[in-house]
Amino acid sequence: MRNARRAIVAGSGMAAALLAAPRPACALGWADFPMNYLTTAGVKERPVVALTWGLMGISIAVIVLISLFVLVGVLRRRNTDVSLPEATRIPVVRPRSGLAWISIGVGVSTVVLLGMMGWTAVTMAKIARPPVDPAVTIEIRARQWWWDARYESGDPTRIVDVANEIHIPVGKAVEFKLQSDDVIHSFWIPALGGKTDVIPGQTNMTWLQAERPGVYRGQCAEYCGKQHGHMGIVVVADVPEDFQAWLDGQISPAREAASQQVAEGRDRFIQRCGACHTVRGTRAGGALGPDLTHLMSRGSLAAATLPNKIAYLSGWIANPQTIKPGAQMPNLEISGPELASIRSYLETLK
Amino acid sequence: MSATEYERTPAIAEKGYETPLAHDLEAIWESKPGIRGFLSTVDHKEIGIRYLVTSFVFLVLGGIEALVMRLQLAGPNKSLLTPEQYNELFSMHGLTMIFLYALPVLSGFSNYLFPLVLGSRDMAFPRLNAFSYWVYVASGIFMYASLVLGFAPNDGWFSYVPYALKPYNPGPNMDFYALGMIFYGVSTTVGSANFVVTFLRMRAPGMSINRVPILTWGTVTVSFGNLFAVPAVSLAFLMMWADRQFNTHFFTPETGGQPLLWQHLFWMFAHPWVYVVVLPAMGLVSDALPIFCRRPIVGYTVVVLGTITTMVLGFGVWLHHMFATGLPFLALSFFSAASFVITIPSAVAVFAWIATIWTGRPVITTAFLFFAGFIAMFVIGGVSGVMTAAVPADRQLTDTYFVVAHLHYVLIGINLFAVMGALYVWFPKITGRLMSERLGRWNFWLVFVGFNLGFFPMHVTGLMGMPRRIYTYPDGLGWDTLNLITTMGAFVLAIGILLLLINLAISRRGGAPAGPNPWDGPTLEWATPSPPPPYNFPVIPLVASRHPLWEERLGETEAGHSEIHRGPVLADGKEALATTALDAQPDVILKMPEDSYAPFVVTLAMAVAFTGLLLANWWVAGIGGLAILIGSLVWLWPEAALAQKARRPA
Repeated sequence: MRNARRAIVAGSGMAAALLAAPRPACALGWADFPMNYLTTAGVKERPVVALTWGLMGISIAVIVLISLFVLVGVLRRRNTDVSLPEATRIPVVRPRSGLAWISIGVGVSTVVLLGMMGWTAVTMAKIARPPVDPAVTIEIRARQWWWDARYESGDPTRIVDVANEIHIPVGKAVEFKLQSDDVIHSFWIPALGGKTDVIPGQTNMTWLQAERPGVYRGQCAEYCGKQHGHMGIVVVADVPEDFQAWLDGQISPAREAASQQVAEGRDRFIQRCGACHTVRGTRAGGALGPDLTHLMSRGSLAAATLPNKIAYLSGWIANPQTIKPGAQMPNLEISGPELASIRSYLETLK
Repeated sequence: MSATEYERTPAIAEKGYETPLAHDLEAIWESKPGIRGFLSTVDHKEIGIRYLVTSFVFLVLGGIEALVMRLQLAGPNKSLLTPEQYNELFSMHGLTMIFLYALPVLSGFSNYLFPLVLGSRDMAFPRLNAFSYWVYVASGIFMYASLVLGFAPNDGWFSYVPYALKPYNPGPNMDFYALGMIFYGVSTTVGSANFVVTFLRMRAPGMSINRVPILTWGTVTVSFGNLFAVPAVSLAFLMMWADRQFNTHFFTPETGGQPLLWQHLFWMFAHPWVYVVVLPAMGLVSDALPIFCRRPIVGYTVVVLGTITTMVLGFGVWLHHMFATGLPFLALSFFSAASFVITIPSAVAVFAWIATIWTGRPVITTAFLFFAGFIAMFVIGGVSGVMTAAVPADRQLTDTYFVVAHLHYVLIGINLFAVMGALYVWFPKITGRLMSERLGRWNFWLVFVGFNLGFFPMHVTGLMGMPRRIYTYPDGLGWDTLNLITTMGAFVLAIGILLLLINLAISRRGGAPAGPNPWDGPTLEWATPSPPPPYNFPVIPLVASRHPLWEERLGETEAGHSEIHRGPVLADGKEALATTALDAQPDVILKMPEDSYAPFVVTLAMAVAFTGLLLANWWVAGIGGLAILIGSLVWLWPEAALAQKARRPA
């Protein structure tokens, strides 16, 4: 699971194999397109996928039919045997009125359009509300250019913030409250559901429900500035027991430093990074960047931009502005030994 | 003096182009040579040509921007451009193509053709016409100055707030765009007013409203549309600029403003605008395609009604750009339904063209190839648009490359294909020379293949989840190959357009002489020499049918015979005839204004004023404003020569 999660980040098409879609005989399958929305793993998306295929089928049929009409019409009685502009000495006539083309063509089009309209309305009614009451509510706060997700709970000690990787329980509806403090973003997990914009000053609601376990990549879908292209998000659908275990793990504070070396790394982290990042259980309490309390539980870094591997982590800490130019995280001019020390601490944040 | 003293019944005479009268008219109507004439001319043909040339310059600029973006996107994780450079390029590309190319190129055709096809001597307001062109150029230069100075708009042509506001966008980038668009809106507004009045009052006697060429219907419909749509966007950009400059908080959520307000105002303008840049192009095809099918268009009346219906409905679908903004489904369902319904009038046009081809005898010229291709591209862009009308499907499709493909099929397919075909048709009228058909075939096939190779795969890229407006993308998502194909297609398309430009350049001097009516067309412009003289017609033609030059052959003579060279003589100075709005009964003799520097000077003053606003230098802005006022006074100062006089001045 962990490997797959890394792969889907940007590294390789392997992740795709996890999307349990049937693989057609041709060389490329749906699974080679983790962001496609012609297949789905979501309850909400199932009627939409049917609608999209249906509309597309009708569209392709219309294109083929009309193109044939044009092509045959052109070839049937064409004049190419005369040179220009003599060609236009062909007499002008007013033959049949041809109005039947319009009345039949437009009549059929109208019936088809009304059918599509009805199908659309029925689909809208189907996806407006989840089939069962949501089991989990997640407050998404979209930022330039990453995602904060807060799991709500009636018990204040069980409210927890995670970043860029959300886990949800399979088979249960999950409600999302979408908020932004900066510009407009759009929350989009293609395999599970369509887009809902995240607009400052208002809270938009949406819901998703995964049918089967998997790792589903999403991406911000409303232009939001320089790093709009690197604002990915990953949704991991777990069986309910795994989800509960994951959530409990996230709620717990960071583990204590087990050695003097790690404790030094922690102090350096607090000093250099703590103004922007939070690690619960330490004095690092910044809120500008992602919560890093359980960084190592995530498959990716920098909003699904890099796989969460040590080499990438080092590169990111040393030089975020090369990887995501314009990102809020500055190049901190961290020395080699300092970087190694901070990294050795981050590695313990399981 | 009472009004009756000015009454005058013009003589009816038979006069051709080689008569003393024509020589008199030539002297009366011609502009001064050299730079003075260049800056002061109000000749609609000259202005039309300038519109065409200028819009093609912007087409090339926007095209180069697109090619640079396509290089950046040719493969994953490329770093040819920084994110900011990419964002500025896609913003400039969009605003260039949509505002500085797509409408102005159609205005070029309309400006050139309106008086010629309507049997008139000029537009209703010739100076306003010159003004609308100068303002278009000035606002285009204003917006492009940002690119030269390194502060190009970077929030797309749609400029969503709050990203467009100061906290996220502190540079002058968005000020250039906001002020540039207000400036540009002046050009569109006065141009539209001119087309509306010209259409209603400047038609030849007898050209009742059901006898006008369809291209004028297309233009007049969208001109009406513009008069309602442009104020929304000018207001929106003014509010944005005020938010940026004076912290007015129209759009800032933390102080009670509403980001969605921007989207409503913008799309209330921008969706109708889509029809604004396609309906006149459809009109050009509806008039030109039948020439090559050797028969009148099938269903003139329904095609015209379809044009008008599309524009009206076009005002009721703006919310389909906002299906993902969290608005309630009940509201969305209305706009979804309207977006399906708007397809019906377009279907009317498509079936009318197909019926015209089927029941005619098509002559396969380059122009005809472009029109046939246009129909196919129209349908592809149309049905992909229908898919986005379905709210649930759209919430996946929107903001992916599927929509990029859709909008390019609409804009290139319906606008550029029609424009290129129309150039092959009317270039001989404008220059007196035919374009090379040999180069034309290469031109068409390269454009057709390149366009489809470039843009058809984008549908698939979108269905595979690639979002729009991202400066790069990772590998492993299956987008690499499709993007490479798109980049290759874009370059083939560019070569095709380059061939068009070469053909234009070569044929201007070296093309075969065209004669007045190379295609045997039915409408009045084909009764004039190529190129037409400054006064267009020696006498005002009298029109008795929809196809004055075909009516004998078609037997359309139940209302009498059209007379091209026999009609009212109007030669006491610059004169034109106004007719009644519906039946085109002769109504009043118009004294047309002479050439004038005023439109150019007022435009310069406006450029100064807008530059002052941009720099927040209120002195400069004030001086510019004062200059506008003085310039307008001079422009509008009453002139005795413009009053009706019974007798020719000595």
